[in-house]
Amino acid sequence: MGLQAYLTLAALLFCIGLFGVITRRNTIGILLGIELMLNSVNINLVAFSRFGGEVTGMIFTVFTICMTVSEAALGLAIAILLFRVRRTASADQLDLLKG
Amino acid sequence: MTLEALAFWVVSIVLVGSALAVVLTKNLFHAVLWLALALTGTAGIFLLLEAEFLAAVQLLLYAGGVITIAVFAIVVTERLVGERLSQTNRNVAGGAIVAAAVAAVLVSVLRGGGLPIVRPPMADDATAAIGEGVLTRYVLPFELLALLMLAALIAAIYFARPDE
Repeated sequence: MGLQAYLTLAALLFCIGLFGVITRRNTIGILLGIELMLNSVNINLVAFSRFGGEVTGMIFTVFTICMTVSEAALGLAIAILLFRVRRTASADQLDLLKG
Repeated sequence: MTLEALAFWVVSIVLVGSALAVVLTKNLFHAVLWLALALTGTAGIFLLLEAEFLAAVQLLLYAGGVITIAVFAIVVTERLVGERLSQTNRNVAGGAIVAAAVAAVLVSVLRGGGLPIVRPPMADDATAAIGEGVLTRYVLPFELLALLMLAALIAAIYFARPDE
């Protein structure tokens, strides 16, 4: 399979994650969509690295995976904190910044 | 059809199917389990791309860590059984249009061609090369990464502290 197949797969996964981020109402559901999008970016990086014959992209993937895990931990911590303060996990009701 | 192409198609179908289940299933806990399958499938893609080390990192850090944290968050914010766990989607039509438009643009760009089909031979053992790169040329970003993870750890503990 050529590079195009891997990139197309990653693009499809990215768009499915985007769909989830737009349509989910639950904050944790939104975070799961973001995870899917970040995951597809990792596929892109590894595919480019492999088809470029360079290991740099794989090293970069190690960094992105660690950052994504940090992001997930913090995002879910914020979701738990919001639930404790506002007693809701629905993004529709978290509208403090709405003018 | 070669063995690699067959494996690619099987993993791709599993990946796309489980990703769709993540964003469409009503039960939030089931969505997390589908995400676990999607992340494991990604590890399979990494194996197909001859990145064994990254496949292991993906399974341990991602599929292990993120899923555990997500299940914890659900347990804290919802009941594991019961109707509160169900979640609804809104703006399904709008979300589908946006996602389809982005997919159409990306796929049309990718179909433009000019992308390599044949893989150049990798230098040697990719795992050894990654380890060497992390400790020589990329040692500064690696240390910064350690700082970032420490900051994330402290911030998570700060957020999760009990009310005084």
